[in-house]
Amino acid sequence: MNKLPVILTVNGREYKLTVDANERLLDTLRQQLRLTGTKEGCGIGECGACSVILDGKLVNSCMVLTAQCHGSRVETVEGLGTASKLHPLQQAFIDYNAIQCGFCTPGMLMAAKALLDKKPDPSEAEIRQGLSGVLCRCTGYKQIVDAVKAAAREDK
Amino acid sequence: MDTVNKPARRVDALGKVLGESRYGADLSFEGMLYGKVLRAPYPHARILSIDTARALALPGVEAVLTAADIPGFHTFGTVIPNQQVLAKEVARYQGDGVAMAAAATPALAQQALDLIRVQYQELAGVFDPARAMEEGAPLLHADCPGNIAAHHVLEKGEVEKGFACSDIILEREYETQLVEHAYIEPEAAVAVPQTGNRGVTVYGSIQNPFSCRKALSRILGLKLNEIRVIQSFMGGSFGGKDEVMSALCARAALLALKTGKPVKMVNTREESIREGYKRHPYKLKYKVGATREGKLMAMEIKIIADAGAYASQTPFVTWRSVVQATGPYEVPHVRTNIYGVYTNNCYTGAFRGFGSPQIIFAQESLLDELAEELGIEPLELRRLNGFRQGSVTATGQKLDNHQVSLLEVVDKAVEKSAYLTKRRQYAAQRGRFRKGIGLACSFRGCSLGAEGVDATGAMVSVQYDGSVYVYSGLAENGQGLQTIFSQIAAEELGISLERVRFMETDTALIPDGGPTVASRSTLMGGNAVRLAAAKVRETLLGAVLEKLRAAAEELAWGGDKIWVKADPRRSISFEEAVNAACAKGELLTQLGWYKAPKVTWDDRHGQGDAYFTYVYGCQVAEVEVDMETGYTRVLKITAVHDVGRAINPETVRGQIYGGVAQGLGYALLEEVQQYEGEIKSLNFDEYLIPGICDMPEIEAIIVENPDGYGPYGAKTIGEPTLEVTAPAIASAVAQATGRRVRQLPLDLERVLLGRSLQKDRYKRREGGC
Ligand code: FES
Ligand code: FES
Repeated sequence: MNKLPVILTVNGREYKLTVDANERLLDTLRQQLRLTGTKEGCGIGECGACSVILDGKLVNSCMVLTAQCHGSRVETVEGLGTASKLHPLQQAFIDYNAIQCGFCTPGMLMAAKALLDKKPDPSEAEIRQGLSGVLCRCTGYKQIVDAVKAAAREDK
Repeated sequence: MDTVNKPARRVDALGKVLGESRYGADLSFEGMLYGKVLRAPYPHARILSIDTARALALPGVEAVLTAADIPGFHTFGTVIPNQQVLAKEVARYQGDGVAMAAAATPALAQQALDLIRVQYQELAGVFDPARAMEEGAPLLHADCPGNIAAHHVLEKGEVEKGFACSDIILEREYETQLVEHAYIEPEAAVAVPQTGNRGVTVYGSIQNPFSCRKALSRILGLKLNEIRVIQSFMGGSFGGKDEVMSALCARAALLALKTGKPVKMVNTREESIREGYKRHPYKLKYKVGATREGKLMAMEIKIIADAGAYASQTPFVTWRSVVQATGPYEVPHVRTNIYGVYTNNCYTGAFRGFGSPQIIFAQESLLDELAEELGIEPLELRRLNGFRQGSVTATGQKLDNHQVSLLEVVDKAVEKSAYLTKRRQYAAQRGRFRKGIGLACSFRGCSLGAEGVDATGAMVSVQYDGSVYVYSGLAENGQGLQTIFSQIAAEELGISLERVRFMETDTALIPDGGPTVASRSTLMGGNAVRLAAAKVRETLLGAVLEKLRAAAEELAWGGDKIWVKADPRRSISFEEAVNAACAKGELLTQLGWYKAPKVTWDDRHGQGDAYFTYVYGCQVAEVEVDMETGYTRVLKITAVHDVGRAINPETVRGQIYGGVAQGLGYALLEEVQQYEGEIKSLNFDEYLIPGICDMPEIEAIIVENPDGYGPYGAKTIGEPTLEVTAPAIASAVAQATGRRVRQLPLDLERVLLGRSLQKDRYKRREGGC
């Protein structure tokens, strides 16, 4: 298998990595960097559990090869906030009961962040559009939408 | 109440928003290997030989196992242990494992599978359950003539007489589809050999750690105390991570014990859908008789459920169906027969609702159709026949030990949704887009009922600094159980929720409290937590009485302190109370054990007090149908559910929203495409579940009629929320289009043409698909 050197900045920290040519960004994050907050639900770009922000854009990390990310910046849920300083979205997800099993939560948070980064004051339709790449089987989405609305208000 | 009956933040939320909570696939151990399983390529085949030599020779491959290597039984199962962890002589569906390998990387394990040579002799399969019951059909299990996995009968009154007294008789057939749980987390497990002792510890997304341990004990030939099952965070389950997880855990454990190393096994989505059990498809024949005025006189029901290859929970699923098949209505004369039938399809088992969504779709559609025939508003028919206080169910149970709130929830749903106004408004529409509104209601027995032994335990342990552990034999599957149980412990001890820490379910630390199923957690487990906490409080009370020199009745507990009601200055903090008790050498750890009240069942006639209490729910759906494409958009769902008492109204609402979403998927989108035992929709590109843009406004309304048995009066919410959504939507679609669809899902074809273009659910499609 072809091994390739890749430099990647993840959550503000630079990593010099060697990856297989066909290694998915998702595997690099989860296995090499042990950042297991990013989840795998389908492996084909349908569920959004693996959503991360790559150079400012929301992507499904199961559909991205790490070798193509040389020099890129990646944001994952682990970089969003800390227990003592939660990101407003994380706080809102807690406050609005937007979590059940929590498996979609990292993807939802990253999708919401990507949305708010671009559009700090989205309408409900824009929120739904922004999160539409992430599936949730537990919540029916309502409390997630409420949380994102609240975080947007908070952010202003 | 300070903590209970109030919104509280989920106690497991922080780790989840930080991405720190570890799910099965996130676990990693020193020297860990990866396991993969090879599955049967045919739905029914005899295994002639398996050659693993080349796979074993591959460098990095540490073990390759087949059924022949299993030390104990190669089968397991709760009711009828006929499910194979690895197929021994015959593979009975395409999800059956045949051999497996453990290697240093997942890719190597996969390569090893490719090198295993299996010789099969393909056997004739049977895929249509009705056909499987016929004489001469291929038999799945030698000891099951007619492929009958379960048969339940219910006889009440004299059904022939009932029909003879009826002015109108209606016969209808309904059909429901095969549905996937579609939890977003595919199954994952890690087995770690114990050091210093014989045995194995298993971690993973395990819905029922004790059922898993029991299966492992049988398969591995180990004692229960040699197997420790610890639940990881669960990425959703909905009934779906029981037997399929027992199989996965057993395989990982077999490989771990063989190699002496930790072994991790994670299903891909495709593997998960191929192997994991699903919701039973039902074919339902209903015959109903009623008077001119609409009084129900008799119902005769015959149902055939596709059990697939193994028994799994089919006997229990179909039992709930037989109890509830006539719905929340008084029917004096009833005869019901339900059969669960083996086929070479993917097996079916527990799935939120558990035999209720199918029958409720049928019975609610039937009531609508009867109303139409009689020229009565469907709502009136329900008011006329719906259960009231003291009504008698089809099983002969008199409903008098709890508040029978059917009509209360129906009235509330009707009022909040403006059902009657809209129903009139939508009565005669023209044009391309037409609206409709419809309603469905249900009653549901809480917990296991006469299915089996129903008892569970919890432990509350107060530490000497006043912090508290709660342990439970029931498991958090995402529904919020940890939060509810913590709230109950906090309430009982009069302390703040922050003091309580909930421990993951670990079979080594708490007695077997049965499975986390049947929406029984809050009711059963909640009572156990309450009993445990009350015992601790009783011990603390001894020390408090000495300190405050007052009688127990004079005291109040709350806000982390205890005080004399008449003189609040005479108080001590919770810590002081704990210290005082510790100084006296008292035990502040207690086990609470709750046994369900008695239920009765006569198998021959299907009569008895099937469940000790019931809940009632009603949903109203409003839709808009595009008459040119058949596309149905749900505009609003009004969901009213009596939960007894909401321990946490926010998580109750979360259950309602989530249940309605699954119900909406069941109504409109979801169907596993399976042809002659081969599943075609193996991932989310083909198996569609509701996304955020599919969801309408949901108005969730909680009704509270505290139950005598439940902790603080709380009953059940998980399952009722999804069981009435599909019939409500179907009813609304019928109003909009003027045509009743009797099959789920109501996809474009069925709504537009009234039938599916897919000829037969069980046949292979022409030209493949
Ligand atoms: S795992 Fe990447 S989209 Fe599902
Ligand atoms: S919370 Fe379970 S999938 Fe979203």
